[in-house]
Amino acid sequence: MSDTDIQRRQFLKTSVGAAAVAIAPGMLLFDMAHGKTEAVSSKVRWGMLIDTANCAEGCNDCVNACNKENGLSGGLSPTDSQWMRKVELKDMRGGRALSLPMMCQHCAEPPCVDVCPTAASFKRADGIVLVDKHLCIGCRYCMMACPYKARSFVHEPLHDQKPDVPRGKGTVESCTMCVHRVDKGQQPACAEACPNKSILFGNLNDPDSEISKRIRSVASTEVRADLGLNTGIRYQGI
Amino acid sequence: MASHSPSQFKNRLYYALVAAGGLVVLLGLYAAHMMEEHGHIITGMNNQIVWGLPHVFAIFLIVAASGVLNVASIGSVFGKVAYKVRAPLASLLSIAMLGGGLTVLMLDLGRPDRIIVAATHYNLTSVFAWNVVLYSGMFAAVALYLWTMMEQRMNPWSKPVGLFVFAWRFILTTGTGLIFAFLVARQAYGSALLPPMFIVLSFAWGLAVFHVVQSAIYAWNGKAYKPEIVNRMKNLLGIFIIGALYLVAAYHLTNLYFARQSEFEHFILVSGGIYPQLFWWGYGLLGNILPLALIIYPVLGKTKSVITASMLVVLGGFALLYVFIIGGQAFPLNIFPGYEVSSSFGDGQIGLYKPSLPEFLLGCGGLGIAFLITTVSVRVLNFIPHDKPTIAGQGTTD
Repeated sequence: MSDTDIQRRQFLKTSVGAAAVAIAPGMLLFDMAHGKTEAVSSKVRWGMLIDTANCAEGCNDCVNACNKENGLSGGLSPTDSQWMRKVELKDMRGGRALSLPMMCQHCAEPPCVDVCPTAASFKRADGIVLVDKHLCIGCRYCMMACPYKARSFVHEPLHDQKPDVPRGKGTVESCTMCVHRVDKGQQPACAEACPNKSILFGNLNDPDSEISKRIRSVASTEVRADLGLNTGIRYQGI
Repeated sequence: MASHSPSQFKNRLYYALVAAGGLVVLLGLYAAHMMEEHGHIITGMNNQIVWGLPHVFAIFLIVAASGVLNVASIGSVFGKVAYKVRAPLASLLSIAMLGGGLTVLMLDLGRPDRIIVAATHYNLTSVFAWNVVLYSGMFAAVALYLWTMMEQRMNPWSKPVGLFVFAWRFILTTGTGLIFAFLVARQAYGSALLPPMFIVLSFAWGLAVFHVVQSAIYAWNGKAYKPEIVNRMKNLLGIFIIGALYLVAAYHLTNLYFARQSEFEHFILVSGGIYPQLFWWGYGLLGNILPLALIIYPVLGKTKSVITASMLVVLGGFALLYVFIIGGQAFPLNIFPGYEVSSSFGDGQIGLYKPSLPEFLLGCGGLGIAFLITTVSVRVLNFIPHDKPTIAGQGTTD
């Protein structure tokens, strides 16, 4: 083998090695950024059953957990985002008082998705209703359409966002059912934080899931069931 | 030369007017820039009142832009000569107001920089997305219509194109009404009466704007109204005001009949502070009773009475939209019927809204755009309605 040949081979080896070193981290990051490639399936429908009898008045643990998990300020002014809030109710006739958490009800027929001009509001195959922050133009029509006042508009520039929970000034946002946790096999932050275990999270389509069993055995209802939206969140005791 | 001074003065006045209009537009653009820089926190809007003053301006302009074409339709589609000569001006006003209104809507978005997304991602179930098509189609259709009217070789086409524009604007205003009619859970909206209500309101507002602009142009050019034309258009305005009032009354009366709506109606008509005030004094008195009185008893002289009535109709229109859009959102959603509710997010409470200067300036910017387009176009092209004596005579006998 001539000297030139050896030098050429050496050069090729070094080049391939250098290229591999240069590309590998990128490939790894690309893979990480893509996350799980497995698509969500409509065989699953995520939902929650909230037992209002166990939901204590004045307890805000679910709301605080939601704010912390999603990087919300927790401010209570009319321009602050509140993905989850505690609502105190009093029956106008009997006077019975109760307390419950209110958030996006993850409707099967979501009015927000129907009205969104750019399809930024969308429903995943597993029933979670989300906003694509890259498509939202901030028209707020979904906020007009939502029967549950579940959505907030980001009125101010944001700082220190959570990497898992993208948000953006000038766009609309709401409870994501902690989709980033659910996709990792965890529970939404509120369900985990409730001291009385009043929020039961699970797959409504699986007849053997705890939530399905409970819905079969106790009386539960949807909020504004008259609208026929088939919500993913159900309440006991209202 | 002394003999030229009045026209020189007029010329200067013209440029001063254009400059004033331009300044208003610039202020509006500056307000939009501030809103984009700081976010909607500098407006009075919040998570309960999500659409505010800019929407009042924008929807007025868009609805009036559709209605003003009535003048053109009566001429082109129904062949009334007195209106035919006014069709070009009506079409110009339509384009001008549509341009102003849409600019305001667009600049009020949370992300106006993403307007291209609205043009490239369509959700077919969204009436907003339909409106993007309807509004841009309206520009094209009215521009084409103007061309068929102003280019003599194209004149034979003006009737079919006019008919097309006539149909298109009906659908367009239906689309504007549907934005609210499709809101299932809001007590103020979600009614099939809204699209026809918006259509008839558009007739009144459009004609009122037309009267004001036409008289300004006539005054500028030292032209006088022909009495028979004033009479015709005055009566038509009266009919439109009554028609619109009828639909607004029907909307509230049907609501009053439903027990579940009575609290909302009580709020809007009696207890809601600024909203009932604006409804009764602004829309009721200024927008209906006074203009109708002036039309029936033209105490200021015929022409002046019609112009004053028209201005009042425009004011009443703004008042009605403020009550409809902002008052309608201020009333809380009835999420738990039968329960008294309270929360940190304003559940069960009347929403508070205080319009801020930037959003007012943005709205005025829309008016400024409409003003500029009209003023410049009238100067460079022949939009002034010319009534030939014989034609005016024919017009009245139609």
